[in-house]
Amino acid sequence: MNAPKQIRAALGAVLMCFALFAAAQGDLEINTPAIAAIKQSMQARHAQLGPLFASGAIGLSRDGNVAVRDASGVPLAQRAQVNALISSENADRAALYREIARANGRPDWESDVRATFAQRWIDRAPAGWWVQRNGGWSQK
Amino acid sequence: MMARLALGAAIVAIAAGCVTINIYFPAAAAEKAADRIIEEVWQLREREGAAAQPPAEGGAK
Repeated sequence: MNAPKQIRAALGAVLMCFALFAAAQGDLEINTPAIAAIKQSMQARHAQLGPLFASGAIGLSRDGNVAVRDASGVPLAQRAQVNALISSENADRAALYREIARANGRPDWESDVRATFAQRWIDRAPAGWWVQRNGGWSQK
Repeated sequence: MMARLALGAAIVAIAAGCVTINIYFPAAAAEKAADRIIEEVWQLREREGAAAQPPAEGGAK
């Protein structure tokens, strides 16, 4: 008779279920070394991006990225540098969304994570920044 | 035998429950996670106290 073994298995399944439930309903896992590294890189870059957001040269796009809005205020000599900054920022953002989905065991959530971030970047943007909503740019 | 079958059924039911729960994208949890990361990247917590004065408006007119 190996009923005790089965009961233990059932208990294990119940416990695992609670753990998964907590993971699904509570918090998303965002404390991994990969995510921390991306965050740090983005935080460092923000020192350069901040003034560009404030001047309206760049803005937050609807797809969770950063995009050029009006480069006319940026001196010609610096435009290449701004473009480079934006492409590294967007590469980090793509990696961030991918890593969050992967850290939670659901790589297919990447586009949902991106959509959530897109909304939150725009919602949390300070007054004066430009954001893309339903087609056009608007200033917060 | 019946007990064993019942146990097996229970395990299957529980496992199916887990799968169902995890199919849906946890939107609220994702928003919370996004906010935590955004606060860190933009350093919003520190800014509230430190740089309460925005970089002088009206100068660029």
